[in-house]
This record gives sequence, C-alpha cells and structure tokens, in this order.
Amino acid sequence: MTLALYDLVVSPFVEFGFMRRALIACLALALSSGPIGLFLVMRRMSLMGDAMSHAVLPGAAAGFMVAGLSLPAMSLGGFVAGVTVAVLAGLATRFTSLKEDASFAAFYLLSLSMGVLMVSRSGNNVDLMHLLFGSVLAVDDAALMLVAGVCSVTLVTLALIYRPLLLESLDPVFLRSVGSRGGLWHTVFLLLVVLNLVAGFQALGTLMAVGLMMLPAITARLWAANVGAMLAVACGVAFASGAGGLLLSYHLELPSGPSIILLAGLVYLVSLVVAPVGGALPRYIRARHRQL
Amino acid sequence: MKIELDNLTVSYQRHPAVHHVSGRFMAGEATAIFGPNGAGKSTLLKTIMGLCAPDSGRVRLEGVERQAIAYLPQQSEIDRSLPVAVLDLVSTGCWQRSSWFRRVDRAGMDAAWQALETVGLADFAHRPVSALSVGQFQRVLFARILTQNAQLILLDEPFNAVDARTTEDLLELVPRWRSEGRTVIAVLHNEEHVKQYFPQTLLLAREVIAWGNSAEVLTDDNLHRAVDTAAHWLERAPVCHVDGSAA
Repeated sequence: MTLALYDLVVSPFVEFGFMRRALIACLALALSSGPIGLFLVMRRMSLMGDAMSHAVLPGAAAGFMVAGLSLPAMSLGGFVAGVTVAVLAGLATRFTSLKEDASFAAFYLLSLSMGVLMVSRSGNNVDLMHLLFGSVLAVDDAALMLVAGVCSVTLVTLALIYRPLLLESLDPVFLRSVGSRGGLWHTVFLLLVVLNLVAGFQALGTLMAVGLMMLPAITARLWAANVGAMLAVACGVAFASGAGGLLLSYHLELPSGPSIILLAGLVYLVSLVVAPVGGALPRYIRARHRQL
Repeated sequence: MKIELDNLTVSYQRHPAVHHVSGRFMAGEATAIFGPNGAGKSTLLKTIMGLCAPDSGRVRLEGVERQAIAYLPQQSEIDRSLPVAVLDLVSTGCWQRSSWFRRVDRAGMDAAWQALETVGLADFAHRPVSALSVGQFQRVLFARILTQNAQLILLDEPFNAVDARTTEDLLELVPRWRSEGRTVIAVLHNEEHVKQYFPQTLLLAREVIAWGNSAEVLTDDNLHRAVDTAAHWLERAPVCHVDGSAA
C-alpha cells in the first residue's frame, strides 16, 4: 500500500530530472503568483490578469521570430509587450474619461491581434500551440532560474509595498489625502503581474499562466477571513494543484498545463460548495444564533 | 494656520461648480459650509485637499501640510468587502508616522484604541469592517480622524444616512476639537446642527452668498438667494470674463 503510494506520488519525481524541475517551477510560481492573484482579486481586477496574459503574446512572438525558441528572447519580448500595454492603458485611463477596465480591454485586444498575426506569418501551428500552452515538462535549468528569480523579486517587492498596496485597494482616496502616490504602488504592482505572467508562460503557456494566478486566489477568498490566511491558502492551493497536475499528466499522459489548471479549477468548484467562509453550503446551513 | 481661498474657480466641463470664491477660514474655529445641492460644497473641499484642480485662483495653506489634513469624503470609496478588521482600518490614521514600510508603533495602536473607545466601538475592534452598519462604519471613520490627530479636519456631509443618536454623539466631537484648537470645516445640511455646533458659516451657491457668524449668515433672505443662485443653470452660458481679483 505504502509502496504503491510511493510509486504513485514520489517516484516520478525521484526518477526523472524533468519532473523535479517542473515541481520546483510549480513551487516558485505558486509562491509568487498566488499572492499576486490575491491582490488582483481584492482590487476587483480578476479579469485583468487574463487581459495581461493576452497582451504578453506579441512580445513573446516577436522574440520567437528573432531568436526561435529562445527563453531569454521570448521572456524579454513578453515583458516589454506586457509593460507597454499596461503603460498605454494607464495613460489612457489617466488622460481620458475611460475607466481602467475599458482601456485594458482595448489595448490587450490590439496586442493580441498583433501577436496572432505575427505567429501566423512566421511559424506553423505547432509553434503557436507551444507558445500558447507551454510545457512545464520542458523546463530547463535556464527557465528554472528565470522562474525562481521572478519569484524572489516578486516576494521581496510585495513585502516592501504590502501596506500601501493593501491600503490603496481598501481606501484609495484616503491614501491620496495623506499624500501617498497611489498610482506609484499600482504601477509597481502591474509590473509584478506582467513579470509573473512572463515567468508562467514558459511553464504553462500564456493562456494558462493566469489560471495558476487566479484560481487559487479566488479559492482562497472562500476559505479565509483575513489577508494573511488567504495568502497562505492561495500559495498552498497553487502548489498542490501544480504537484497534483504534474502527477496526473505523468500517469495519464495528459498535457501538463491543462492538468494543473483543471485541478486548481476542481479545488475551486469544491470550495464553492463547502468552503467555511464564503462557500454556499455553510451559508445555507445556519447554526442557531447567539444571544444578544 | 491659514486657510485662504484666493479667487478660486473650479469647473466641470467648463461649467463652474465653484465660481470666483475668495475668503479665509477662521483658524481654530468650526466653520460649516451650507448650501443647496449642486452648490459646489464638496468640490470646494476636494480642491482644498488637492483632489480637484482649480481653473484659476488658488488655495493658500500656511502652517498646515496638505497631507496632515484629516478628510472625510462624502461618498467613501472604501471597499468594505475586503477582509480588514476595524482596528486595522482605524490604525491607518497613523499613516504619517508609520509610513509605507514601517508598521504602526505602540503609541499609534494606543491612539487607535483610544479613538475606538471615544466613538463607542471598542467591542468591535477585531470585527471585519464588512460586518458594520452604515452608522457604525461612520463612527469608525471618525475614530480614524481622531487617530490622525490633525490640526485641520474636513468633513463632507458626515451624517448622511446616520441615525440621530450617532449624529449627536459624533457632533459632540466638534466642540472638543475646537477646545483643542483644531480647525473644523464641515459640509452640513441640517440648519439646527450648524447653529448649535458651528459658530462660523460659509453659505455657498457656487459663489459666496455670505460668510461669517452663523446667526448673521443663516437669514431667510440669504437662504433664498442661495437656492435661487444654485438653481440657475444655462447650458450655453457665455464665457466668463470676470477678473476675480477685483470681485
């Protein structure tokens, strides 16, 4: 029994280097994408991650056209494209009457269409699939360093800007009234979002990177009542989905990216019903009320 | 301390909400800003806070830093669905001392507790802000103002949708602030509250109708004029050429 469990859960990681690297990549992504996703959810920007993941595409495609399947080129391209969209959308929001979500929608669509155009002109569909859906099992040492580096930068930066970022989500007018520049923290945060999507797209693809960012974070809001606990739940769910998804893909010969995201999605679906803080069932079954 | 308005005009899409307003708020005193809807009261407070840019003229602040002003906006944009405890929200009043990276110190936390005691919500310190009623939440925001320990306090219609008991409790803070030498400027809609708690009144209807001792300002004649001026609206009004420095 224990032996069977060992074969099922541990030995794939012991036997194969690519599985170990994939596991570590998932751990790093979980540690940084989880908190980033949670802040996106709390700032009511859940769909922004999705928009930004599309925005990253043309940069990655440009990198691919210049240097082939080169990680540094595609990452740099993706980062530049993501930041460009974020900055342009920010400027449009600041200087016109449009709201932030409208600006982001417009610019990410521009960016995405450019990306699809570039990919269709230069490569074949296999390349496009690789770009869109990634392959965590093909993570090499260089990619691992990138993911780990982004994770470290994200965690340190978040630790530094945690208080103003939270206060800006909670009460932006107050933050401005005490003379702090809310826009600055917002910008730094958007940079972190792009950085994490770029790190994630190598492992999971541009479209799936956002899944590991958002699903565990949304799930966390259902389980915990304070920010610290939510952060822990988000990271935990993200890593568990990553490890579980890898095993699923290994044993059942499924593509790794969708396995990981579907597992995270499954956790979310179950949480919708049973989670103690925000779930449907605990709300439905009411305990007897207390005395006044 | 000096809070002076110098020929101040603030417009939305070329229509002035505050039109060539000049005058000076009395330091260490409580001034009510009174006037009908659309009279530019909130806009004036926002401009003092630097949240609205004036078309012309300026706000002169001397002896008080803009970021040291405690400001309670009319519609707070606080996202109450966030998982934040009452005490944490109140302690953000120490932002100046704690700053973006340093945590709130012992004295700051003591001040936050003290403020919660004052507004009668100490029992709720560890409750999430989402669990509070509208009136309780307004008490929490007043507790944060107490924690800010500001010399200048701006309140924009602080008693909307607040019950009589809470309104009275919170209004009692005004004489206390005056006795401590703080300056209070509040937009109010209740004439009785103004007469009872605010010795000074600015009667505003986009322009200054009257400014001075509350009893002298709040006459029937002035109030009628305020309503008439505010109700007046011309979509295609001609361009204003008033040189307010003379007005």
